Amino acid sequence: MSALASFVQAFSAGKIRVVDLTQTLSPEFPHISLPPEMGQAWPFRIEEVSRYDERGPAWYWNNFSCGEHTGTHFDAPIHWISGRDLPQNATDSIPPERFIGPACVVDCSRESASDPDFLLTKKKLLAWEKQHGRIPPRAWVLMRTDWSKRADPVAYQNYDETGQHTPGPDVDAVKFLVEERDLLGFGTESIGTDAGQAQHLRPPYPCHYFMHGAGRYGLQCLANLDQLPPTGAVVIAAPLKIRNGSGSPLRVLALISSG
Amino acid sequence: MSDSVFRSTRKNPILRTRLPTLPPAARSRVALGLTAAAALGRFELQQCRDCGTVQYPPREACGKCLSVRLPWTRQDDDGELLAATVLHHSNDLFFRERLPWRLGLVKLACGPTVVAHLHAEVPPAPAKLRVAARLDRAGQAVLVGLPDKENVNMAEDRQLREFACDPKHRKVLVTDGKSGVGQALVKALAAAGAELVWVGYAEPWKRFPGFDELQKLPQVTLVPLDVTDSKNVRELAAEIGAKVDILVSNAEFHRAHGIGNRQGVETARAEMDVNYFGLLRLAQEFGPAMRARGADGLASAVAWVNLLSVYALANFPPHGTFSASKAAAQSLAQCLRAEMRPAGVRVVNVFPGPIDDEWSQLLPPPKLAPGALAAAIVSALREGVEDLYPGDVAQEWLERWRDNPKALERELSS
Repeated sequence: MSALASFVQAFSAGKIRVVDLTQTLSPEFPHISLPPEMGQAWPFRIEEVSRYDERGPAWYWNNFSCGEHTGTHFDAPIHWISGRDLPQNATDSIPPERFIGPACVVDCSRESASDPDFLLTKKKLLAWEKQHGRIPPRAWVLMRTDWSKRADPVAYQNYDETGQHTPGPDVDAVKFLVEERDLLGFGTESIGTDAGQAQHLRPPYPCHYFMHGAGRYGLQCLANLDQLPPTGAVVIAAPLKIRNGSGSPLRVLALISSG
Repeated sequence: MSDSVFRSTRKNPILRTRLPTLPPAARSRVALGLTAAAALGRFELQQCRDCGTVQYPPREACGKCLSVRLPWTRQDDDGELLAATVLHHSNDLFFRERLPWRLGLVKLACGPTVVAHLHAEVPPAPAKLRVAARLDRAGQAVLVGLPDKENVNMAEDRQLREFACDPKHRKVLVTDGKSGVGQALVKALAAAGAELVWVGYAEPWKRFPGFDELQKLPQVTLVPLDVTDSKNVRELAAEIGAKVDILVSNAEFHRAHGIGNRQGVETARAEMDVNYFGLLRLAQEFGPAMRARGADGLASAVAWVNLLSVYALANFPPHGTFSASKAAAQSLAQCLRAEMRPAGVRVVNVFPGPIDDEWSQLLPPPKLAPGALAAAIVSALREGVEDLYPGDVAQEWLERWRDNPKALERELSS
């Protein structure tokens, strides 16, 4: 039996479960906020075109608008200046096989609950590997923080007068994953792949800088990471095919074995 | 005396809400001169340039010398009440529902004798009084006789309240409480006796200075409101739209860019989305509910205030795209005015010069303090002004624009 036929058989038999890692796109979902003098990404907005009414008697549809980096979204290497000259660095040119990959889920939920500025370290990753095995090449490393459970936008964004306080990786962790583990990309539950205070790290925003500089990807605003096993899940994350796009909202699915 | 009227502002929910009617609205083009001045809060009458006679009612030619040179000229407001009467019957629907109605014959110090609506506190004739041109519910100017001396509760006069949009005892929505102007407005409206002030705030995760202070005001209820989000506007209107008596549309997006010093259209689009489409969204969702309550007793839906900018009159190139968005909003506000008029709900457009905030940081003083702007808006509501140019800069621009719009365009672009 071919690999795909066995997949279909296992899927039909209920041995593979699909976990939706996506937040619902809605105007209420928080969007990234830059200093007001800078250019801003559009939040998700939706306008009704018609709803079985005089504007269109038999059909309902909407127009929506949003930035490339809205809701659960994918970051392409071209998003950051360090990745701007790489080949295959945009949403339309990334080879489609990169949109499917195994996932390693690192549980940082306890640390993040007590410290919103928690930084994932290389040490923690090595400890994870000791328990779950070496991170395979071309895998998504997903940082589980349970941040997606913060339904209140104020708590999710977690601003104070020094800016946002959300967890993320530190510089060494990012370099380790890129240089020593050849990962596919890094995913988080908060609004960025970098920590909320990552502008103060050296370099600023290390996950963006090193990850995209090495042609790797980012996923953020993920949900339901608590339903994934530490290893064994397969993530399907295909951004919209926007010409020269820097990223895109997308539906992120994980396949996991069940039973 | 007037306070008794407001002992209870709660309506009886089992009675049908009265439909709005308007006082007689037809005016000749010449007579609209009185309306144009009253819209700015001014008392102007035709004064013959050749013989100096002040005349009323407005005519095409001077009643004394037949000259057609009759510029509208500011006049002293003092006069003497010659006779007063109280109307107990009228076939006009508007007045019929508001009887009894007091009227008087007033000899103005500037010459003409006029018929004026009379405030209850004007003593019986003969008596000194002041005369003002006020816009009525139809948006047309009428003459109103006011007591010679100001009185704290003067605005509570039942008749005068028909010509004003006093926030006292009314429920107000201020669409943005995050800005300095928004916060000053909320405080000024609360101090002016507003019964309840809903205060909108967008992007709730960005706490703003003054949040706690606003929350402490007993009249204030904070409501999440982002005027760029149609769903949000629609849901808020569904929730409170039938209660809002005065809506203050003050959310604005302001960046200091012309065409050449900012790449792309994103900033300009954000300005349009808040300043123009935001107003459109509010008007579509809150407009119908307010129109339905234009005659809902003494605390009816009464006014819609738009925070525009004097840059709406003529483009100020250093803030060029912002000016364009405000010009668009002004045009839309005129449409809103036309659509609200049948309900007697007044649309007040406010045209401030530079406001003392972070987006006008580099402009030299004089800049309008948020508190001064808020106070001017409350006064405009009380006095029935329809077009407000608060502060020296706005007043100066207005005069220059009225005198010669082309000259102002050139002056602003140099």
